[in-house]
Amino acid sequence: MFENNDSFVENVDVCVIGAGHAGCEAGLACARLGLETIIFTVSVDSIALMPCNPNVGGSSKGHLVRELDALGGEMGKNIDKTFIQSKMLNISKGPAVHSLRAQADKAEYSRAMRKVLENQEHLTIKQAEVCELIWEDIKDSDKIATKKVTGLKTFTGLIYKCKTVILCTGTYLKARCLCGEAITYTGPNGLQAANHLTDSLLSMGIEMQRFKTGTPARMDKRSIDFSKMEEQFGDEKVVPFSFSTNPEDVQIEQVSCYLTYTNSKTHEIIKNNLDRSPIYAGVIEGTGPRYCPSIEDKVVKFADKERHQVFIEPEGLHTNEMYVAGMSSSLPEDVQLAMYRTVPGLENCKIVRNAYAIEYDCINSKQLYPTLGFKDIEGLYSGGQFNGSSGYEEAAAQGLIAGINAARFIFGKKELTLDRSEAYIGVLIDDLVTKDNFEPYRMMTSRAEYRLLLRQDNADLRLMEKGYEVGLISKLQYDNVIKKKKMIEKEVSRLKNIKIGASKSNQDFLEKHGSAVLKTGTTLAELLCRPELNYEILNELDVGRENLPKDVIEQVEIEIKYEGYIERQLRHVEQFKKMEKKLIPDSLDYDDVLSLRLEARQKLKSFRPVSVGQASRISGVSPADISVLLVYLEQYKRKYNTNGD
Amino acid sequence: METDTIAAVATAMSNSGIGIIRISGEESIEVADAIYRNKNNERVLKNYKSNTIHYGFIYDEDEIVDEVMVSVMKKPNSFTMEDTVEVNCHGGILVINRILELIIKRGARLAEPGEFTKRAFLNGRIDLSEAEAVMDIISSKNETALKNSVKQLRGSVHRKISELRNAIIYEIAFIESALDDPEHISLEGYSDKLYDKVNELSYIIEGLLSTSENGRIIKEGIKTVIVGKPNAGKSSLLNLLVGEEKAIVTDIAGTTRDVLEEDIKMNGINLHIIDTAGIRSTEDIIEKIGVERAVQYLQDADLVIYVVDSSVSLDENDFEIMKMIKDKKSIVLFNKSDLNSEISLDELKKFLNNDVIIIRTSTKENTGMDNFEKAVKKLFFSGKIDLDSEILITNLRHKQSLQDALESLNMVKESLKADMPEDFYSIDLMNSYASLGKITGEEISDDLMNEIFSKFCMGK
Repeated sequence: MFENNDSFVENVDVCVIGAGHAGCEAGLACARLGLETIIFTVSVDSIALMPCNPNVGGSSKGHLVRELDALGGEMGKNIDKTFIQSKMLNISKGPAVHSLRAQADKAEYSRAMRKVLENQEHLTIKQAEVCELIWEDIKDSDKIATKKVTGLKTFTGLIYKCKTVILCTGTYLKARCLCGEAITYTGPNGLQAANHLTDSLLSMGIEMQRFKTGTPARMDKRSIDFSKMEEQFGDEKVVPFSFSTNPEDVQIEQVSCYLTYTNSKTHEIIKNNLDRSPIYAGVIEGTGPRYCPSIEDKVVKFADKERHQVFIEPEGLHTNEMYVAGMSSSLPEDVQLAMYRTVPGLENCKIVRNAYAIEYDCINSKQLYPTLGFKDIEGLYSGGQFNGSSGYEEAAAQGLIAGINAARFIFGKKELTLDRSEAYIGVLIDDLVTKDNFEPYRMMTSRAEYRLLLRQDNADLRLMEKGYEVGLISKLQYDNVIKKKKMIEKEVSRLKNIKIGASKSNQDFLEKHGSAVLKTGTTLAELLCRPELNYEILNELDVGRENLPKDVIEQVEIEIKYEGYIERQLRHVEQFKKMEKKLIPDSLDYDDVLSLRLEARQKLKSFRPVSVGQASRISGVSPADISVLLVYLEQYKRKYNTNGD
Repeated sequence: METDTIAAVATAMSNSGIGIIRISGEESIEVADAIYRNKNNERVLKNYKSNTIHYGFIYDEDEIVDEVMVSVMKKPNSFTMEDTVEVNCHGGILVINRILELIIKRGARLAEPGEFTKRAFLNGRIDLSEAEAVMDIISSKNETALKNSVKQLRGSVHRKISELRNAIIYEIAFIESALDDPEHISLEGYSDKLYDKVNELSYIIEGLLSTSENGRIIKEGIKTVIVGKPNAGKSSLLNLLVGEEKAIVTDIAGTTRDVLEEDIKMNGINLHIIDTAGIRSTEDIIEKIGVERAVQYLQDADLVIYVVDSSVSLDENDFEIMKMIKDKKSIVLFNKSDLNSEISLDELKKFLNNDVIIIRTSTKENTGMDNFEKAVKKLFFSGKIDLDSEILITNLRHKQSLQDALESLNMVKESLKADMPEDFYSIDLMNSYASLGKITGEEISDDLMNEIFSKFCMGK
């Protein structure tokens, strides 16, 4: 390499490596908090790129975007500006699993985000491959960290000194793409891979692993026969992702998606060519996600299924490219063409971009605190696929938290962690840092044990105060959410106190709405609990009620209708919180806790949980081990007079 | 978690003079009041001052269970520094167990091993220097309890619980995959199907619970092994004791080739009876395995019943058996007394310890069985054979888990009746799954994710 000239050393507060969904949120958060921030990307044209599916949100991912928005993130606002179709999923199910999903105009999404970044004060964009982190040793017996990051070096030779670095390298580290026998050493979409950083990270003692994911082909719209498919429309009334978007602004003309199916012919072609698939031939070393199987995986693992759904989704308004959801593959392109052409409507399809699998380096995220800071290296944070997750929304959520905490570290403020009872973001991060993840992690609603509380409709009520404390939510938004909370409380208690007698007119009203007549008097709240009645219907019995905003009414209805369930979860949360609050000091040496079983001791040493609660979620740590740990912590507390609570 | 109310037997659980059951936690006085009445039939514990002791009775509904002394200690004046009630009852194992069960039914939780000590330490009662010892107690006691609880579980119950869990996790996985991927998996018409399924599962759990009254969840009772040479009448004895044809009885020696196990109650004493293959040197491979097992069981037995065929002379096999039971508590049945004896009692006694009880029986004619029962009773109440108290506790723990599982399923049914959306009741299904897992000692970890991905084809 070359000698560096010290006069070309730049000084900033924060360096963000990568400008994908995690990097954008991380960089914006730091800059908005007033820190001089620089975002590195291998290509400025790929800022906020969506290299896979053309949508934002979906089951539980929609929750993440809402939460991100309530904390002051950008993704929700950006998709509201650039969506071309939107749907609220699971609308027939409980409110906790309603989830927004929007089709994005990919190019517009990317452009809009780039515009936000380019116009953000304190934020600089820099096209360069980062090849090395600069760090020094530190000695502080009270900390786990033995190193401190102080800057980085680009491949073209510039040095940037900084206080924190946020790694958001996505799928670019030592990336290679596979399509049958053809292997290219690039990142997604043929973009340049980052081939040097991994070695630097390894030399710092960071443990790396290799994951894999895949994407289907994009097709030329003109080659598809949509008459053989079912048209899929967006919702008539679109709900925005962001709490700050005016709902009127998102009532736009929407674009359709289309549904078609694979068939036995498709499956036969796949089966006959499995030996040419790099996965089945054993060429791929990375671990792929089970929730996002390639079409060859589906055909092999679910051999009894006669057909699989295929959604044809537009990639944008100004392109003819269509995304073939449900048929990702790493088979050779000739096989891809043959199999796609067996699908009704795709008989004459032309592939613009072929399907491929991609392998990349990422970390084992147990090396991170729930703040997304590295335990061993002070000032180093990370988010997104680099942490072993998958998905744009998961990445953005982590990017925001990593950004917030990198900034709070510089300010010397207590870092922000969300727990499992507060947000899906909390569940996501806790899972990442507490469990052994053997595949790219995707958010799912079943992962959230308190999901009845973590609804997309109340993300603002849950998190905006935190966003305000952090400094990413304005005073006005904060005041509004406090006002909303008060209105909800007042209305719930009002409904609980309004008595409804068994008068003739009341009984007639109930009969009219197919509801059982009253035996004794009741309250409006109790009537609201009946599945066949709702707030609007009850207007007739509720003379002279105040006109409340729709979002307030929604909360009132949910709170009353599901009160029993919600209260039960709240009780569980109370228990949960007790253990979360019992903190484990960094300096604790598990080898001193003699009564721990060997397996538990090894696990605890390797994960270094921050609280007894987190310790209890590590697999291999039993309730008895937790009891032992509690006794030890009490002893420790009394001995050193530290505050364990 | 730290303040819920726990209960456990504080003394050794044996048929000795007095047994003490300790209840600790916020609701301990309330719990005790629900089963205790003083001699004027009043529930008054909550009115008593701290550190006082009171005479009265423990009731199960309106039936008196035992005459007791109850001490009340209010926080912080107790071992755990929490509100504590101690019930001093008569020391019969069965009585102690029943009172503990009543306490659990009234809302206390069975204490984990070492939990009182843990609380005492955490609440500042125990000195810092004892911390190591406290941790040792917790870890060692839990380890043995865990080992025993799985070991003691009956094979058939273990199987049933595994099947229940598999069925439940399948339903959860179906619901969850539909919630996560609504465009690929539909829940239409599912709730009716689920109602039937949950009913079916509840029914199985209820079945397990009702047999648990007889201690059939675990291999409870005095481990009693029936031995003897082939065709001595061991299987006939088992059938007599159980009261139904469990073992195949023929005149052909060597019919029982494996081991049969049954739990019976004799005068209120639980016996876990194991009928073994007749012991003889044999060339038949299958029979040989049976014989080897019989020898193994014999070595672990609390009580050995040696059935001697008095109609044939003693042979090598008998001498071999008598050698093996030398240092075991045993009862010898001088069987086939309906036939002509080829051996005399005196002859037999020469080869046995002095204190061995020998009883003349005919399992064919059902004679001598009353004397046999008396002999068992005598051994038990003289303390020569005893129940493993750990077993009773395990049984209670399992029952509690079964009850929790059932309750969760009932909640699912309630939600289904109230037409609640799927995402509400899948939580209760998960709780039920977790409760059942406690019995078989399984962690939940990633079960659901594995089930979802292996059984349902997710979209994307």
